[in-house]
Amino acid sequence: MIIRIFGEGQYELLEPALARFHELDADSEGAVIDGDSERFHYAYDRLLEHIRTQGTRLTADDLRPSELLLPPADSSVTEVAREMQALELIPG
Amino acid sequence: MPGLSGRMSTVIKAKVSHLLDRAEDPAETLDYSYEKQLEQLQNVKRGIADIVTAKKRLQLQETSVKEQTSKLDEQARQAMAAGREDLARAALERKHLAEGEMQSLDQQVTQLEDQQRKLIDSEQKLQAKVEAFRTKKEVIKAQYSAAEAQVQISAAATGVGEEMADVGLAMQRALEKTEDMKARADAVSELEAAGTFEDITQLGPAQDDIDRQLEQLGRSNAVDEDLAKLKAELGQGTKSAPELDPGARLEETRP
Repeated sequence: MIIRIFGEGQYELLEPALARFHELDADSEGAVIDGDSERFHYAYDRLLEHIRTQGTRLTADDLRPSELLLPPADSSVTEVAREMQALELIPG
Repeated sequence: MPGLSGRMSTVIKAKVSHLLDRAEDPAETLDYSYEKQLEQLQNVKRGIADIVTAKKRLQLQETSVKEQTSKLDEQARQAMAAGREDLARAALERKHLAEGEMQSLDQQVTQLEDQQRKLIDSEQKLQAKVEAFRTKKEVIKAQYSAAEAQVQISAAATGVGEEMADVGLAMQRALEKTEDMKARADAVSELEAAGTFEDITQLGPAQDDIDRQLEQLGRSNAVDEDLAKLKAELGQGTKSAPELDPGARLEETRP
């Protein structure tokens, strides 16, 4: 599965690493919904680290689209929430 | 749960496909987007230049407050020398206020310098990203004109569209940061222009008063100047030592 981290690039993550990816991805999402900055940074840093260490980075001339997109590493919980709210995905 | 990535992807992919589907000629959209990126990159550069200007303005102000501090210090000595402890105290009080302002200005300048470095760094990264986008968009355009399998092209277009969104977001963040820094620097400059800092150091009529009285004293005491200086040294040594060095006082009170 190809994942793009905005501001960084694309990575290809294979099956054995996906379970952990989804787990951390869900943790990050939960923290954003709760507006919990500390928990978000904790989960999100680990999510990105997992992708970087378990995934293979795609070269810049690779034109394949990504299946999943992630906000820049230094995003704040507010920024991510704002981006999500663009489609009113977070109720309230 | 779709996960953070799932939610982000839905939002961004919707934006990208909206942009590409709406266009009659996606190649044109990509070119337009590239032009936009170049334009925004210029805005980021201009923003950085503005921050540099604001920083210089604050540095100038810092220098002038510093000069005021030395001046007030000298005035305190003169007043003391003339046996005017009240004037010396007033001058010293103002000096301390000015020193506080100097510290705050110094912090602002350091902050601006820090931000300036970060912005220059992100501006260089943006430049590289824009260039990478240009390369990819040319590849996609070539594929369009070669009229290859439509599905493959649209997948690649989505890929470059994603790149476009990536550059777009990075650009937006850099611009926001630049504007935020500029606004903060401007706010400090406005305070300065409104006289907040000057009031503290120059103190309008009050200082004129000190100046005038000191001038008078200076004129009448011109002959005794050397003697007065000596007196001032003695006066400062005994009167201001406990105030200026609270550490020493603590030492003294300890058994």
